[in-house]
Amino acid sequence: MKIAVCVKHVPEAGAARRIDPQTLRLDRSGEAGLNPFDANAVEEALRIKEQVGDCEVLLVSMGPERALEGMRKALAMGADRSLLVCDEAAAGSDLVATSYVLAAALAPEEPDLVLFGQQANDSDGAVLWAAVADRLRRPLVSQAAELRVAAGKVEVKRQTEFGYDRIEAPLPAVVAVSDAINEPRYPSLKGIMGAKSKPQATVSLSDLSIDPARAGEEGSRTIVRALAPPPPRGQTVRIEDDGSAPERIVAFLAERKLI
Amino acid sequence: MKTLVFLEHHGGELLRSGLGVLAKAVSLGGEVAGVVAGSGVEGLAAQAGEYGAARVYVADDPALATPLPQPRVDVLAALVRRHGFDTVFFGQSVLAADLAAGLAARLDAGLNWDLTDVVVEGGELVGKRPALADSVLVDVAWKGEPRLALFRTGAFDPVPVGGAAEVERVAVELEDFSTRAVMLEQAHEEQAGPSIEDADVVVAGGRGLGKPEGFAMLEELAKALGGAVAATRAVVDAGWYPYSAQVGQTGKTVAPKLYVACGISGAIQHKVGMQASGTIVAINKDPNAPIFEFCDLGVVGDVNAIVPKLTELVRARKS
Amino acid sequence: MRPADYPPPFDPNEVVTAPSDAEPIEVGVLVVGAGPAGLACAIRLAQLLETAPALAERLGDVPVAVIDKGSKPGAHLLSGAVVDPSSLRRLFAGRRRVADMPFAGRVEREAVYYLTPRRALRIPTPPTMRNHGNLVASVSQLGRWLAAQAEEAGVTILPETSGEKLLVADGRVRGVRTGDRGRGRDGQPLATFDPGVDLLARATVLAEGTQGHLTGAAIARFGLEGENPQVWALGVKEVWRVERPLDRVMHTMGWPLRGAARYREFGGSFVYPFGKDMVSLGMVVGLDHTDAELSVHDLLQELKTHPLLRRILRGGERVAWGAKTIPEGGWYALPRRLHAPGLVLCGDAAGLVNVPALKGIHYAVESGRLAAEAIFAALQPGEVVGRPGALAPYDEAVRRGFVGRDLYRVRNMRQVFSHGLLVGAALAGAATATRGAVPRGRVAGERDAEQELIRTGRARRYPAPDGRLTFDKLSSVYLSGNRTRDDAPNHIRVETRVPRELAELWAHMCPAQVYEVGPEDAGKVELLVTPSNCVQCGAITAKGGRLTPAEGGSGPEYTLT
Repeated sequence: MKIAVCVKHVPEAGAARRIDPQTLRLDRSGEAGLNPFDANAVEEALRIKEQVGDCEVLLVSMGPERALEGMRKALAMGADRSLLVCDEAAAGSDLVATSYVLAAALAPEEPDLVLFGQQANDSDGAVLWAAVADRLRRPLVSQAAELRVAAGKVEVKRQTEFGYDRIEAPLPAVVAVSDAINEPRYPSLKGIMGAKSKPQATVSLSDLSIDPARAGEEGSRTIVRALAPPPPRGQTVRIEDDGSAPERIVAFLAERKLI
Repeated sequence: MKTLVFLEHHGGELLRSGLGVLAKAVSLGGEVAGVVAGSGVEGLAAQAGEYGAARVYVADDPALATPLPQPRVDVLAALVRRHGFDTVFFGQSVLAADLAAGLAARLDAGLNWDLTDVVVEGGELVGKRPALADSVLVDVAWKGEPRLALFRTGAFDPVPVGGAAEVERVAVELEDFSTRAVMLEQAHEEQAGPSIEDADVVVAGGRGLGKPEGFAMLEELAKALGGAVAATRAVVDAGWYPYSAQVGQTGKTVAPKLYVACGISGAIQHKVGMQASGTIVAINKDPNAPIFEFCDLGVVGDVNAIVPKLTELVRARKS
Repeated sequence: MRPADYPPPFDPNEVVTAPSDAEPIEVGVLVVGAGPAGLACAIRLAQLLETAPALAERLGDVPVAVIDKGSKPGAHLLSGAVVDPSSLRRLFAGRRRVADMPFAGRVEREAVYYLTPRRALRIPTPPTMRNHGNLVASVSQLGRWLAAQAEEAGVTILPETSGEKLLVADGRVRGVRTGDRGRGRDGQPLATFDPGVDLLARATVLAEGTQGHLTGAAIARFGLEGENPQVWALGVKEVWRVERPLDRVMHTMGWPLRGAARYREFGGSFVYPFGKDMVSLGMVVGLDHTDAELSVHDLLQELKTHPLLRRILRGGERVAWGAKTIPEGGWYALPRRLHAPGLVLCGDAAGLVNVPALKGIHYAVESGRLAAEAIFAALQPGEVVGRPGALAPYDEAVRRGFVGRDLYRVRNMRQVFSHGLLVGAALAGAATATRGAVPRGRVAGERDAEQELIRTGRARRYPAPDGRLTFDKLSSVYLSGNRTRDDAPNHIRVETRVPRELAELWAHMCPAQVYEVGPEDAGKVELLVTPSNCVQCGAITAKGGRLTPAEGGSGPEYTLT
């Protein structure tokens, strides 16, 4: 069995993330690492591998060369090999362009299962898997909170606004896991030391026969126009409670049509 | 502009999110049509008319009985191609997000998501969305057509105009892979209360409550306001409330319409989890609490004296 | 009342154990700590092993491994810093130039000021503090760069790995047991539980930095205590993006510290240009201070309100924050021997810091280099690296070389400041003029935790945080990128039922607001501890508690410090 996990290299969550005012893109020059939500997808792939036995877990990503570091961490967790699409022309790809490139990288691998993590915490996207599934022409199940692979099918329990659905799809399929599905393992020391010797391939767009016009900014169909600080909150209304605070709160909320 | 609005339904009713987006589309002008996809859903089309759609396409087919995204990608793609819609709107939901992204790939069309608003500026459609944990506002736009837009939950309110829509049934032709995912069991329950991420109102408690029993009082207020209860890291650490309710840097990030912070100091570790809330009301007896710097209404007083009375007043108002 | 009256529930002997893992990991040489000392040692070893392929092969698949408890090299590194590049030049001779290293600029101008609340009096730069020819750096950036060089040279770097116990058998150090990961607040294994492993090596290098956990255990186990007890200062640092570039390296003394002997507030501040658009600044104060309300974090905030600092920071934005202790005991506090069978001690962990010159990084690099040479020699056929005394040449090389000579020359300069600023300065001046001959002999030292506490209402004068120039501790912790799990086990050992004054001391002292004064009961209070705030600076160890390594990968995420 072959499982491909799509992972992304994102700026470290924390205080220093900012958007570069020149390029209007996320300033990716600082510290970065594996998108924490992708760790859930890697973990799930490893659990399936432990259950199924004869299984290869392949990491697929599109990004700068530094993305290899984050992927090495996933290799240290237990994934078998990694494939990075690294090409200048792919920088600044939006959903349309990214899904195109990833699908082109995934197709020749013919994975039985493609896994995604919940969302990329840099763009709060939460939608890439649906685009990739459409391009691969594979059934899609998202928000998986529980996942089982058996007899050529994947059975998923997933959470929606209304509770839990149970959905089944035949392999090959695309599944996006939610962060509730598991607690990713720490890479063990032995895993970290062994990661170096696992195959890590880097390919360019032309290696995948992708027309560069379909990737990067050129291949994107959305643009960022401008940045602004969020509208200031406005003056804080401040009151001291003299016994009438509850009434004044209700009046405030009513005025703003909140109750 | 020729806009198609995806109208999601559940339990025999069109969802607020889609109707709100419909109102926005109507306000932008041009031709506006809705699409309803399901099985035995023709009756819902009339609802769409009441909320402003001039025309509603109905895709009614047993294959659409369960709320799965991929068959709907086929339906919407066909509609866009046949009728030349230049814009497609969606209200956020698990289904709508998967649908919108699948459609973007199908049509190689730009999709901007998590939008809180959209305007026409200089003849161009411009979307507004918060980014980086709601710390910055970004203007986004599209190249080419159609333009797909996915709006945040609750971005717009439905506007009942009491009109009637022209209803057109469309033939449903599905790709072979679209029906491979099968729903074995569909979720039906309305949960006991909204989850804190989806709630319009969140009532949160911190150490200033004084004791864990304070949360019972907050639960009453939340129920009265129709919201959910959240907690700061400090009280979750102390075992006063479960981790699933923790809001902040190491918990959840929420942006409800109303956030009532009770006995919360407003340290940055908490602030980053709720700073984008529409309206923030803070009750704290420490006049120097940092939360008073960034709330809309700051009440310096005793939470335990104020909240129960507030709950009573809210209940009285609602009845 | 002294903090030492309430010792922490900790016994250094629990940190030493025999190897017991059925499947240990074996490496050639194990370095604990990916800081300047550890990485310099690893790099030099890799260079030497290039010339000795047979030895390299005998050392196995992983000839040199470096473990670090931070999430990546640099994450836990913090310093001023103005660095003397000579050691790095020597380490990389012929392979890398200083121009290739991530330095932020040369020291062009420097100035020392004595501050009063409103004025800044320029005073002549003491000879020990002259920085001509030195370079401004972020030790965190330097660490990252050194780690990249080490990896390129074939060193295996293992971040997110803490060294929890020292493995000793037959009187020899065999390696290190790494810390467990994935335990809950009460120590129970969680679903992600990953137990520590025995990392065995022919030679172990402890380069843990200040308050080295294993170093402390090794010193106790092998009887390596120095003549004076080690003492520390706490440094709290910020990096700011500024509108106007700063044109000089600055140090200040005086305000807001008090010079009278009874306060024992030894220290001052540094303000360095960090590239064209940033400034590094920090406050450093000896932890032998006696005032229970002394907060170095808040002293730094107070310092920034001085007109001199306001001018520099106007229109700027705080972009980084961190805190770390600095060993200040000098020559007489160095371990009696810097080696034990199968073990060497390097860098700040050994106390190789020149306090009057505010320098330690180039000593760390040099000590790492010398350690590599001694270990390489001891691994040659004909010698047994674990034999007692096999690594003695390292100790000699450090003491006889410039590291030892520099530290010996300034051997009493820190201690004399226990007499207060004026007398201390006079004595220090005399020491400089006589190259250390005066004061004669060894000025005895006392442990930081042995100082009697006093109260002066100091806390009232700290500025209220305004969120623009001055900040509260929790905002600072946030800016450090602290990533400690909320439900991680408590890694801080401290007595939790203590007199109110002691709890207040710790609450003020800690720059990360880990300690708070809890409810009172029968004359004592409960000390509330929030270990997830901890940035692992080590101050608590100096002042009556004990910091042990937190889960690997947790703690701050320094990048600019």
